[in-house]
Amino acid sequence: MNWLLDVFSAIAVAGGAFFYLAGTVGLLRFPDAYTRLHALAKADNLGLALIVLGLLPQVGSVLAGLKLVLIWLLVLLSGAAVSQLIARAARRRERQP
Amino acid sequence: MAEYLLSMSAFVLLMVALGLVRVARGPGYADRMMAAQLLGSGAIGVLLLFGAATGETAVVDVALTLALLAAFASIAFVQYVPTLDSTPPDAEPGPANTPGEGRP
Amino acid sequence: MTAVVSVGIVLLLVVLGLWTVVARAAFLAIAGFVAYGLLLALVWVRLAGVDVALTEAAIGGGLTGALLIGAASRLRGTEARCEAERCAPATRGLALLLSALVSIGLMVCVLLLPDPPPTLAPEVAQAMPATAVGNPITSVLLAFRALDTLLEAIVLVIALIGVWSMSPDKAWGGRPGSPQAVDPNGTLAYFARLLPPIGLVIGVYVFWAGADHPGGKFQGATMLAAMWMLMQMAGLADAPPVGHRGWRAAIAAGPLAFIAVGLLGVFTAGGFLAYPEGWAKPLIVVVEVALMPTLVLVLGLLLAGPAAREAHR
Repeated sequence: MNWLLDVFSAIAVAGGAFFYLAGTVGLLRFPDAYTRLHALAKADNLGLALIVLGLLPQVGSVLAGLKLVLIWLLVLLSGAAVSQLIARAARRRERQP
Repeated sequence: MAEYLLSMSAFVLLMVALGLVRVARGPGYADRMMAAQLLGSGAIGVLLLFGAATGETAVVDVALTLALLAAFASIAFVQYVPTLDSTPPDAEPGPANTPGEGRP
Repeated sequence: MTAVVSVGIVLLLVVLGLWTVVARAAFLAIAGFVAYGLLLALVWVRLAGVDVALTEAAIGGGLTGALLIGAASRLRGTEARCEAERCAPATRGLALLLSALVSIGLMVCVLLLPDPPPTLAPEVAQAMPATAVGNPITSVLLAFRALDTLLEAIVLVIALIGVWSMSPDKAWGGRPGSPQAVDPNGTLAYFARLLPPIGLVIGVYVFWAGADHPGGKFQGATMLAAMWMLMQMAGLADAPPVGHRGWRAAIAAGPLAFIAVGLLGVFTAGGFLAYPEGWAKPLIVVVEVALMPTLVLVLGLLLAGPAAREAHR
């Protein structure tokens, strides 16, 4: 049973690392600031989510697992708000002569 | 398992390092402002993997602190950029706030 | 594999440090510096200093960026002239030589440390059960070297007085900063309504966990101060007026309570800041609870800056 959980963790963490890779590739290759923000959000949301999901079987207690999920929710919330603010700031700079 | 998690954390760190290239090169303020956001979530991923690999449970608290405060530096940056012109920081970039633009 | 991670972090740090120094615009240098601070938190975790990593994450990740941005926006007028300055090559050569000498000196000192390095850790481990506190850092900060912590708190208050003394005469006693024109229905206001309650719970948790696990009053206070600053930046709260007696009393209350506990020690345990037998843990809790509001107020007001608006009657 333990090795099954370990395999699940390994696959989920690998998936998370893949989304970080996808986010970084997007950040480096997309043409403008808005699309890059979109790529960055993928690393935040999906990458961290899969890593947290993969680490959940490895932690010792329910409280520690809840802490991991709370970390992910906080990153989700602040990522969403900050992406909006950065995109608006970029849009406003664009409209300046 | 611990070795595997450590190598994954090294991989995520490498991704963050590559992302910083865009921050250094990127034309415009928005690309630079993504620095705090990218490093924040990348560092949180690295810390969580590292904590699980070494078995040190207190590292999760460091990740929690970073998760809470990651947005803070980005918001301070966003407040700064509009001081270079006169519109308030959170205003919609719509017709009411940008002068002289013909819109359908 | 841990060596690979360490070397990777060190290389990234060196490159980021160089970029921060070389960048000419203040904004770029600040972005680099905030990134550098976040990476330093990783370094501290690698060096097994989780308490220091917590403090670095809280201050370097949050407050330092906001503080430097505030400073940069005040220096906006001189930035064009600064970017146009060019030093003579001789000056640059001398600066490079001096930096290299200092770095080499530090490296030599670290590499030539006696092995095992001189440390008081065994003595601390032996004496810790008397303080009934599980985290050795907390026991050192609040029991063995409590005088240092008291003086640090007082230094913070003096720094705040220094910042306040920079107000223009006609604004003395007024509120810091200009009123923010922020859309009350926008993203920032929504975020500032949602995050502070969560931040309050996490800040108090980190403060309380400091007794037995990494944490403590400074990290918790930094988080609470950051939440307060967020509310101010979003226009949901306004900075308190500098001349108001109630706020000043709240700031002074922390160090005064600490000094009172110290004087209590003179009469009951034979020395300033000595704790009587069996009373160590309750007194430590009292001191921490008393210092927490002071730290939150001082950190928040340091970020808000000197008074800028005229005081109302």
